[in-house]
Amino acid sequence: MTQPLLELKDVSVSFDGFYALTDLSLTLNKGELKSIIGPNGAGKTTFLDVITGKVRPTKGTVTFKGHSLVGLSEQRISREGIGRKFQTPRVFENLTVQRNLELSASPHKSAFNLLVDRLPVSAKDEVQRLMNYVGLSPFATTKAGSLSHGQKQWLAIAMLVAQSPEVLLLDEPVAGLTDEETVRTAELIKSLAGDHTVVVIEHDMEFIRDLKAPVTVLHQGQLLTEGPLEKVKQDPRVIEVYLGQADSD
Amino acid sequence: MKIFRRLLPWILLAIALFILPAILSDFRLNLFGRYFSLAITALAIDLIWGYTGLLSLGQGIFFALGGYGVAMYLTLNTESGAGGNGIPKFFENYGVDQLPFFWQPFWSPAFTLIALWLIPAIVAGLVGYLIFRNRIKGVYFSIITQAALMVFFHFFNGQQKLINGTNGLKTSTTELFGQLVGSSDMQLWMYRLTVLLLPVAFLICRYFTTRRFGDALIAIRDDEQRLRFGGFNPVPFKTLVFIVAGALCGVSGALYTVQSGIVSPQFMSISFSIEMVIWVAVGGRGTLVGPIIGAILVNYLRSLVSEALPEFWLFVQGALFIFVVVLMPDGIYGWFTGGGLRQLLAAFGMAPKSRTYPQLDEEVAALNDLS
Repeated sequence: MTQPLLELKDVSVSFDGFYALTDLSLTLNKGELKSIIGPNGAGKTTFLDVITGKVRPTKGTVTFKGHSLVGLSEQRISREGIGRKFQTPRVFENLTVQRNLELSASPHKSAFNLLVDRLPVSAKDEVQRLMNYVGLSPFATTKAGSLSHGQKQWLAIAMLVAQSPEVLLLDEPVAGLTDEETVRTAELIKSLAGDHTVVVIEHDMEFIRDLKAPVTVLHQGQLLTEGPLEKVKQDPRVIEVYLGQADSD
Repeated sequence: MKIFRRLLPWILLAIALFILPAILSDFRLNLFGRYFSLAITALAIDLIWGYTGLLSLGQGIFFALGGYGVAMYLTLNTESGAGGNGIPKFFENYGVDQLPFFWQPFWSPAFTLIALWLIPAIVAGLVGYLIFRNRIKGVYFSIITQAALMVFFHFFNGQQKLINGTNGLKTSTTELFGQLVGSSDMQLWMYRLTVLLLPVAFLICRYFTTRRFGDALIAIRDDEQRLRFGGFNPVPFKTLVFIVAGALCGVSGALYTVQSGIVSPQFMSISFSIEMVIWVAVGGRGTLVGPIIGAILVNYLRSLVSEALPEFWLFVQGALFIFVVVLMPDGIYGWFTGGGLRQLLAAFGMAPKSRTYPQLDEEVAALNDLS
């Protein structure tokens, strides 16, 4: 079997004795699209924090293409090819849409390069293509702060793609979007899979169904089950976690 | 209108270079020279605070370092100021008969011209790198820069034997090119030099703020963590702008020193560094024109108020700051460009009010047409 692209082994994260993740193991293969669900506090966001270097695992290893990511800075991990979209769309509100994307699309990320280099034509074309793709071309010179919530979500995703990472980690990409926008976002994400490896964290079951991706269920920092959505939904443990919490108390 | 906008900087430059010297007394002109030199500091603070979000309360360090650099050169190179050992007279008061080693290179004009911006830049680089590498941000950054300021202040204030301590170094009685630096002729040249260096400082700041580097600075101000996840390391960006700001403050301090006639540890007083921030807040941070307006306006006001009612300036300054923070959060320049003037006129019925529902107006007009 080929080596997985990204692998977490026995990862635990404890915040002052509270375990946000407990012995979590998970692999991600190249070109895969995977969705992760779980009730509040299941450790979904902490899982992304561990991969992207925001939180250091208390125990366990995170390997990307065979080498460890533990202890690397956020910017190093990002340059390795792992990009992340946050739960709330974090865009640079005082920059225009185009400048947000141009900054993300910068091939060299050093202060010196940003000072003296012009943005290559290929990157400029990519920015135009992305703006067309997410329908933000008419807003190229609008400050990102005055976009609607849905437009910010798309801009955030477009910025992530402009970064051209191999792995895209999307934390709640459809939170606060209308149904129509949700469907379009699902299309967008499906089109990214294949070229990219994509992990989607989401609450919205409709959206997960649209994605037609295998589902991983997290609960209390542990992996509960994995499989296609229909199978996972039949799993009594999943039902208990999502619906039957009152019974177990 | 477009041509006017293109010409405006040149018109202002011409006014400052030719008209102001013709109409103002030597005393007033000298004051304007000081305001212009302080405007360079305001630009520097805008670069790090307005654009990058680093509220430094310690820019006085770099300002004073530049001032001391030029004052040491002038003191050394003034024969009439030399005491028995051929070293500046004040050393005799403290029984020092040998020039401290760090004074030696200041015999050289070339070294001095480089040192007055390079030394502040190096100090800023060291202080900045250590702070930024350890991810110290926000209010902690402000506190540390203020603490650093106090360290420098107390050091300079206490070292009589090295740099004349609390008395500072007087430059107005020193000589340059055989002329008294305090003479009106010399002061006119210093004024002209300041007027020419202010646009240079402006262009330097514009260079750092207009390209993608400038976008990254704004990104650091708005969401530094997000920028890290984009693959950028904010530390070099912040260190570099802090260095540039330090160098600009050094030049500003040197120009101010030769025009005010003295450099002293008071340049590193806490209140002075806070005043610098007020100039930028009043003028409008995050724009390059705002801080220049702010520095000139506040200091001009200061001169006027101090001449009329000497005890009242601090009250006026406080009130001005509160007024701007509450009513003009984007400063004077931001208020103008943001349509503040039109709104004010509209409030007094002197301009059309902006329509809340333009669509509704059209529909009402259409209905009226029908009837």
